[in-house]
Amino acid sequence: MASAAAVRIDHVHKSYGRAGDGRPVLEDIDLEVRPGEFVCLLGASGCGKSTLLGLVAGLDRPGSGTIEVPGGRPALMFQEHALFPWLTAGRNIELALRLRGVPRAERRAEAERLLELVRLGGAYRKRVHELSGGMRQRVALARALAQDSRVLLMDEPFAALDAITRDVLHEELTRIWAETSLSVLFVTHNVREAVRLGQRVVLLSSRPGRVVREWVVDLPQPRRIEDAAVADLSVEITTELREEIRRHGRN
Amino acid sequence: MAGTDTVSGKTRPETRSDLAGLEAGLDALETAAPRARSPWRETLLRKTLPPLVAAALVLAVWKLLVLAGVTDTYKLPDPSAVWASLRRLWLEGTLLGIVWTSVSRGLLGFFAALAIGTPLGLLVARVPLVRAAIGPVLSGLQSLPSVAWVPAAVIWLGITDAAMYAVILLGAVPSIANGLVAGIDQVPPLYLRAGRTMGATGVRGARFVLLPAALPGYVAGLKQGWAFSWRSLMAAELIASSPDLGLGLGQFLENARTDSDMPGVLLGILLILFVGIAVDLAVFSPLERRVLRTRGLAAAR
Repeated sequence: MASAAAVRIDHVHKSYGRAGDGRPVLEDIDLEVRPGEFVCLLGASGCGKSTLLGLVAGLDRPGSGTIEVPGGRPALMFQEHALFPWLTAGRNIELALRLRGVPRAERRAEAERLLELVRLGGAYRKRVHELSGGMRQRVALARALAQDSRVLLMDEPFAALDAITRDVLHEELTRIWAETSLSVLFVTHNVREAVRLGQRVVLLSSRPGRVVREWVVDLPQPRRIEDAAVADLSVEITTELREEIRRHGRN
Repeated sequence: MAGTDTVSGKTRPETRSDLAGLEAGLDALETAAPRARSPWRETLLRKTLPPLVAAALVLAVWKLLVLAGVTDTYKLPDPSAVWASLRRLWLEGTLLGIVWTSVSRGLLGFFAALAIGTPLGLLVARVPLVRAAIGPVLSGLQSLPSVAWVPAAVIWLGITDAAMYAVILLGAVPSIANGLVAGIDQVPPLYLRAGRTMGATGVRGARFVLLPAALPGYVAGLKQGWAFSWRSLMAAELIASSPDLGLGLGQFLENARTDSDMPGVLLGILLILFVGIAVDLAVFSPLERRVLRTRGLAAAR
């Protein structure tokens, strides 16, 4: 394979409107995620980060430019858990396995293994509405992992959770990422979350979304969101983000 | 503590077990304790008793009105006269036959409506051109009382079983199709997106995501479809009664009217009501409750 990247986004433009000639949402985005890398995409409202993720997931097409995901269809996790309420937690995972072509005989054991991985060993028979918000997102993570994709896209998956639960899920995600060879592209508007998780933080401007700057987060994992080094870098990035937002007030 | 777990270089064992404990605590705190099923005596007291008391009250008021002599007994017979009517039918051995004639027609008509309404609903929901063409008519048809079809059905098909079924279909098919359309329209787009990222597109998308997600609306449509089937059939039997057709509840009611047999008329009404409620309670309500409960949509009752 010529491409060494897990995700390669090349000169991507995207506009809303019928012929794509409306307001530009994304302008000339260049971004590469290396295999096994954890990249956080950061930006204020209107920067098109979710749009970009949808393009990478293949839910939508770019207006121009190319997106390559050599490892095949990426898995996508949403802010809402998007679990199917007519299935149990275990069956949700099994559906992903089934759609991937895993033979029936192996699905149950694999689903149990994935639930163990997100520490929900006893939740196989639980209905979605019987789980807490944090548990739902862990099942959603297990379902995304069940797709066995090389790339995991995450669209603000923890934004709706309380701080303690979010902390715990950060640790879980870091652990699972370390145990697998997943490449992660994680979208958030939370600067500290981005610094807590990512090896690289990419800041997007708003309307249209453009890559403004990126930071390499050279801190060892596991980090904590309270770490001084995390806080220092967050302050620096927040300053830049605020400046970016202020620009829109002036125009 | 070392060696108790396989540890990758990136995590410390303390952190891992601490995290597992913290997580277990959070899960326990945030999961509501499962609600115990209420004991049968409570169910009896809260669900079974009230309708029985209400029925007894209606009966008491009826009896009082008769005793007070508000009107002639041929207009308002004593409850016991209706009871005697029922007893006579039972002893003659015709009661079950009358009920079964209508119920079997109603169910057969309902299943035919199901077989037609389901693909029709799918077409309307998924093919924009079909929706534009017949969508408004289909929902408009729901407000057309199906009794309006009886004269046309009789002219086209004569006073036959076929006319009965035609009226049932015209009443129930729109309900079932519309239920499915509403169910599909209400599927959150998020489910479809999630399905697509997992590779559920086309037929697999319909089978694994769209149709299961649309089930609550579909079941509501079925429930209404049954009510419309039964109503349509009774209207058809009342108007288009003929000795060749076999005695159903509608004809029984019409015969009682021609005989000025008020206890028979009241008995006919009560039997029609009873069958409608019984089928709903036995089939559709449990089905609906089950579908809603598995999705966490049933109100806590």
